[in-house]
Amino acid sequence: MHANARLYTVVILILFTGIGLIFYKHLVLGFPLMPDEKKFVWTIEAKIDFQANGEPVIVSFALPPREPHLTFMEEDFASSDYGFSELSSDEEQRRVQWSKRSAKGAQTAYYRLSVYENDKLTESPPSDDPLPPQKPELDEVFLTASLTLLETVRAKSANPEIFTRELIQTLNSSSPNQNQRLLQNDKAGEDYKTDLILDLLALEGISARVVRGLFLEDGRRRQSLTNFVEIHDGQKWILFDQNTGKSGKPGNFLIWQRGGQSLLDVIGGKSSQVSFSIIKNIHSARNLAVNSGMHAQAGLIDFSIYSLPIEQQTAFKMILLLPIGALIVVIMRILVGIRTSGTFMPILIALALIQTTLVTGIVIFLIVVSTGLLIRSYLSRLNLLLVARISAVIIVVITIIASISIISHKLGLSQALQVTFFPMIILAWTIERMSVLWEEDGPREVFIQGAGSLLTAVIAYLFMTNRTVEYLTFNFPELMLVNLALILILGQYTGYRLTELYRFHSMGRHHVSDKR
Amino acid sequence: MFLTSVKRLRSLGIIGMNQRNFGLIGRYNPRHLYPLVDDKLKTKRLAQEAGITVPQLLGTVHYQHDVKRLKDMLSAYNQFVIKPVKGSGGKGILVITEQDHNLYYKPSGDAVKLSHIERHVSNILSGLHSLGGKPDAVMIESLIQIDPVFEDYSYEGIPDLRVIVLKGYPIMAMLRLATHASDGRANLHQGAVGVGIDIGTGEALHAVQYGDPVYFHPDTRKPFSNLTVPHWDKLLELAAACYEMTGLGYLGVDIVLDRDQGPMIIELNARPGLSIQVANFAGLAPRVAAVEALETIDPDPQSRVQFSKRNFAAVRNLIRPRRRTKPTALALLAANC
Repeated sequence: MHANARLYTVVILILFTGIGLIFYKHLVLGFPLMPDEKKFVWTIEAKIDFQANGEPVIVSFALPPREPHLTFMEEDFASSDYGFSELSSDEEQRRVQWSKRSAKGAQTAYYRLSVYENDKLTESPPSDDPLPPQKPELDEVFLTASLTLLETVRAKSANPEIFTRELIQTLNSSSPNQNQRLLQNDKAGEDYKTDLILDLLALEGISARVVRGLFLEDGRRRQSLTNFVEIHDGQKWILFDQNTGKSGKPGNFLIWQRGGQSLLDVIGGKSSQVSFSIIKNIHSARNLAVNSGMHAQAGLIDFSIYSLPIEQQTAFKMILLLPIGALIVVIMRILVGIRTSGTFMPILIALALIQTTLVTGIVIFLIVVSTGLLIRSYLSRLNLLLVARISAVIIVVITIIASISIISHKLGLSQALQVTFFPMIILAWTIERMSVLWEEDGPREVFIQGAGSLLTAVIAYLFMTNRTVEYLTFNFPELMLVNLALILILGQYTGYRLTELYRFHSMGRHHVSDKR
Repeated sequence: MFLTSVKRLRSLGIIGMNQRNFGLIGRYNPRHLYPLVDDKLKTKRLAQEAGITVPQLLGTVHYQHDVKRLKDMLSAYNQFVIKPVKGSGGKGILVITEQDHNLYYKPSGDAVKLSHIERHVSNILSGLHSLGGKPDAVMIESLIQIDPVFEDYSYEGIPDLRVIVLKGYPIMAMLRLATHASDGRANLHQGAVGVGIDIGTGEALHAVQYGDPVYFHPDTRKPFSNLTVPHWDKLLELAAACYEMTGLGYLGVDIVLDRDQGPMIIELNARPGLSIQVANFAGLAPRVAAVEALETIDPDPQSRVQFSKRNFAAVRNLIRPRRRTKPTALALLAANC
């Protein structure tokens, strides 16, 4: 009883450690539990062009704010021989500066950002307090037109939010009246319209600011930022599309800059411009979690298989599947009671099946083993000593494998070439053991054990090739602890095996003499 | 019905493989004692020291080059049995019943040459029949003469009796009869007949072949209803004494009856199988529980046998249903639970 209590304590400890680590990785480090979660990673490149005129150059560029619902994977800056510094550490108003003592001619600087939306936090509107609106200085005609317009809009609205929407819609209406035409300069661009809206809102006493952002669409080049207007209704900030009057942030809209500060300042140059290009990549969420884990120096990931070179990682992918095979063997032997020839031979067959694919693998296995048994039965008549006989069988197996490869190649069956993936020594031992079994216990026993081994191998194969299992074992090696705990518990199982229900089937009937 | 229910098996007290490995072999058989029973030469020596009758050892072969001396070794004996020292389950046993003009005759009447015997011996030496294929030795024993009681119940081989001994108490017994289907071997899953024997009287209780009840020997057509094992007390005492001899708490003792010398031990098994329960149509679990409930183990094999006979006698005989044996308290309990 004492030993039992100790065992269960160990089992529970192992189980909880394993499950705990898995949940830590899932919840804190963001590893998805299922392999299907793919995420879009947007790679945005801002290209800054300007003409330097031979004087000292300072380029200052606004960077997008780090928001909690976004994860910045990588930020790169590139320029030719420019000094570079990040200006403010303020997360909201980030700027970088490139500088050079003297430059002439066309200059280019790059900023590249890879970003994806994480699902840890939902998006929240900014919480900063607004500045009080500043009355714009307008000339008489302009002011009158503005006030008239505001009055019409005000008559149709009830609160700042509706007012703003109404105002933007009026300004964008396809049949403008005189006042509107006066206010809207036909030649003016986006920025003019934004300034106009901000001025009108200020006249009305509503705090507002410009928000510049980028619509994320795959494969776009030479994009520029789009202006939005954000108003404060006394409690929160509300974002408006200045062309439609729709409120709220549209999907795939990356906010680059809030407030009236310039996007780009160039001192010592002219005709500066920024253009953006956007690419969408599909990354598995797992890669992103590994990447961000490495960035965050999470010990669990720093000292994990991910820190190995890719080649070793692939090897481990296979090795980490072995415990699953072992678990299957334990279940098949202890719970089901299937007899296999050699305890873990089925796992090795399963590993070979993974390389060769199921049907090809089984056909090859059956051909090799049955041919081997035929030849082995001849060897047994030669009166050889055991070690010599097994060595002879190994050579026979290799010969069979070579002939299968050559014949199938000549026949154009490329699949059969994968025969080499089968572990030859194991095959030789299997043949030897089955042949002895045949001599001693007859073909029936050989058939039972051979079929048992193959069945176990196929079940292990099905589990080991399952995408989810493969994903989980590799990305959550902690699962091995859970597996270990399960095996320890199964080692305590003293109930009947499934096959024993058949073995003792005659005990199930009431004895004939009972009826007399 | 091909499957029976867990509930039914449990109510009969059937012990499964997992329970056997965990609760009996794992608990009562320390691994370091295995060599005593896995090596038949050691067992034989131990038995002789303990004064237990065993078949006479005619000779041994340990090395491949000794195989050449086999002819001289065998020339003195007309009948003999060749066995691997570490074999199990009757594997690798060659029985010769007659020797004539350089020809050796098997019980089936087939004649083999000396070269066949030599090859058989060298196969054993290289480990063909031993556990895990380890190099082995060969022992040559005198042939056991079949007891007339069993003459009608055997096809070729000599019937042997398997007694399960738990902590020195014989708890269940079974007679194994070779059949034509089992190729003269006493191996139940190859088609030999298992006859459950009443611990109380030595009478046949119930018989199975391939797990299903049979009422007469499939080859000789002789009904089991008249079968009673002679020398029953002596036989149980021999089995019970093997506990002191080996120290193994869960033991399968294989006993044969020799026409002239009476019961003798031929083999001990530290991992006895569970088919004996089917042959007896009874589970081991209540009897195991009864022995485990004892506070002290009686040091005298004879009184242990008396305890077993009192407690483990069959409640009813399934072959001879009208003959009721005297019910005991424990047996009633076992039948009811």
